[in-house]
Amino acid sequence: MRCSAIVLGLLLLPLVARAQDTTRAIDRGVRVGITYTPGMRPSIMVLPAPALDSVRAIILRDLDYSDRFDVIGVPNTVASPARGGQQGATTALNYALYRTFGANYGVEIAPSGREIVVRLHDLNLGAMKQEAHAAIPDPGTPGFRMAVHQMSDQIVRWVTGTSGVAATQLLYISNKRVYRIDSDGENAVAITGETEEPLSPAWSPDGRRIAYTQFTAGKGPIVVLTLATGQRTIVPSTGKDLNITPVFAPDGRTLAFARVTEEGTDIYSADIADACCVQRLTVGRFADNLSPTYSPDGRRIAFVSTRAGLPQIYVMATDGTDQELFAPFDYGVTGSSNAPDWSPDGTSVVFHREVSRSPQLFILDVASGRVRQLTSTGRNEDATWAPDGRHLAFVSDRSGRRLLWVIDVETGRIRQLTTSAAARLPAWSRGSPGSMPGPR
Amino acid sequence: MRTTHARMTFVAALALAAACGKKAPPEQPTPQPAPTTTADDAAARARARQDSIDAANRAKADAEARARAAAEEAARHLASLRETIGAMIHFDFDKSDIHPEDEALLDQKAAILNANPALRLRIGGHCDERGSDEYNMALGNRRAAAAKRYLVNKGVGADRLDVVSFGEERPLDPGHDETAWAKNRRDEFEILAGGDNLVAPR
Repeated sequence: MRCSAIVLGLLLLPLVARAQDTTRAIDRGVRVGITYTPGMRPSIMVLPAPALDSVRAIILRDLDYSDRFDVIGVPNTVASPARGGQQGATTALNYALYRTFGANYGVEIAPSGREIVVRLHDLNLGAMKQEAHAAIPDPGTPGFRMAVHQMSDQIVRWVTGTSGVAATQLLYISNKRVYRIDSDGENAVAITGETEEPLSPAWSPDGRRIAYTQFTAGKGPIVVLTLATGQRTIVPSTGKDLNITPVFAPDGRTLAFARVTEEGTDIYSADIADACCVQRLTVGRFADNLSPTYSPDGRRIAFVSTRAGLPQIYVMATDGTDQELFAPFDYGVTGSSNAPDWSPDGTSVVFHREVSRSPQLFILDVASGRVRQLTSTGRNEDATWAPDGRHLAFVSDRSGRRLLWVIDVETGRIRQLTTSAAARLPAWSRGSPGSMPGPR
Repeated sequence: MRTTHARMTFVAALALAAACGKKAPPEQPTPQPAPTTTADDAAARARARQDSIDAANRAKADAEARARAAAEEAARHLASLRETIGAMIHFDFDKSDIHPEDEALLDQKAAILNANPALRLRIGGHCDERGSDEYNMALGNRRAAAAKRYLVNKGVGADRLDVVSFGEERPLDPGHDETAWAKNRRDEFEILAGGDNLVAPR
């Protein structure tokens, strides 16, 4: 009896260990909500739109990936929006019918002349809440998916008051090139050529430029690339030595980076608008200071420093003063901490820290100074915040290779972003691409 | 008048020369017994000629072999010096301290550098794939700088040693185990200039 209990316990051990991972995978696709319970996420359904299947499919997945709803599937028997006559208006739906599926909200999309109209219905109230028209390029043409993503973000904003992040993009490194990919994992394109060896791509706040290290035989300048024109400029003072981990300040004209020299690695900032005013922010004396990340108000910089031995997370004012430890650690116990990224809402800093020689994502709460561990399966590193401040893209080898994954820090839900070639050093854009058409 | 005198001197000289020729006829070889056959004679002459050709060839070949051996020895010597200069040193995980067992090698490098003032090196620091990609750039730099500091302390001019970092971007061994990682945590030493002729340190 006792023996069998031990055996049972041993058998259960792996299951228990697995269950501790906060990043449990949840099935892709649409989940069917059962009943509405106060305190749960609102449930939403996207009504059938026979002429707009591809638009509807994108919106459905965007709403699912937003992690703010229970997305409810519509039975095949309901082929097109069922109208009801309660309000006598053409916009009214058969709310009683849709309420039976358990959804709080219904999204209706329909052609409207050369545009698409999108309507949000509150099924409980039995009323249309919002309506917008958008010019959507034809499916398959450039800008189509991004225009639909912007509709999705509009829907999220209508319901939650906060925009979604469907119409955003990420940069990452794969096969010695900078790639750009949509937040739903589509449209991956290389934006640097085969002759460069870029590292650490970073977005400008307006998404029109990127900065990266142009690595060449152990050295490398920081290059700023204007995406629309392909114009490249070298950041002042980075023409020799090795310059790494560039990041734009929220003002869009200041760039911080780390310069690697024989005396160590130190953080500098430069004005790239006027190509001037290079300022040294740290004086390492053989210690390393790197990976700067600005607070969203542009007044502080979190960074990595080896001043106490292993790399840990520190913070300073943007002029280099008031340097202090940011993420607490136990000397001689806590592993290396690296790659901080300050959240867009300013409340937290994500970084990765070695736990049993495997990097795991941690979040520092800026107000309390407390740190919590977010992942525990495989190696998880180099996280980057989405503009909504609740999703993170990061590198993980949990599937065997180093690929990009996205985690919702509020629910722990995780999804895979890239599937093919090894990917690393992701950077999530700060907003939607400025040139894309969107809902009016 | 002058011309006549010169012509007379010339004629006299000719006459004198003719008289001398007659008084001292060219020495004739001592008469030898008639050779048995003219064929034997021809063979002997051919053999003698061939022998001298062979001897000359042998001497030439010997000289060439000696030169070749000397060149090979010099090349071996140069290769050995270059190999010592290019030999890698290795590091512990996330460390940039020089291993005590690598100090003898660095001492040899320093001696060669000191014996060859034109020699310039690029020291490249490398990391294994673990650790943050970006932090590894700083770590690789620290590893290269550590070797440079050691050599400078042994008298090598700092301006002769270039320091660069490759982070984890150039693994020697693409594996994902401790053997591969240990190989990849290294400093490489590349000759930038002055490596065509090296003299051994005394």
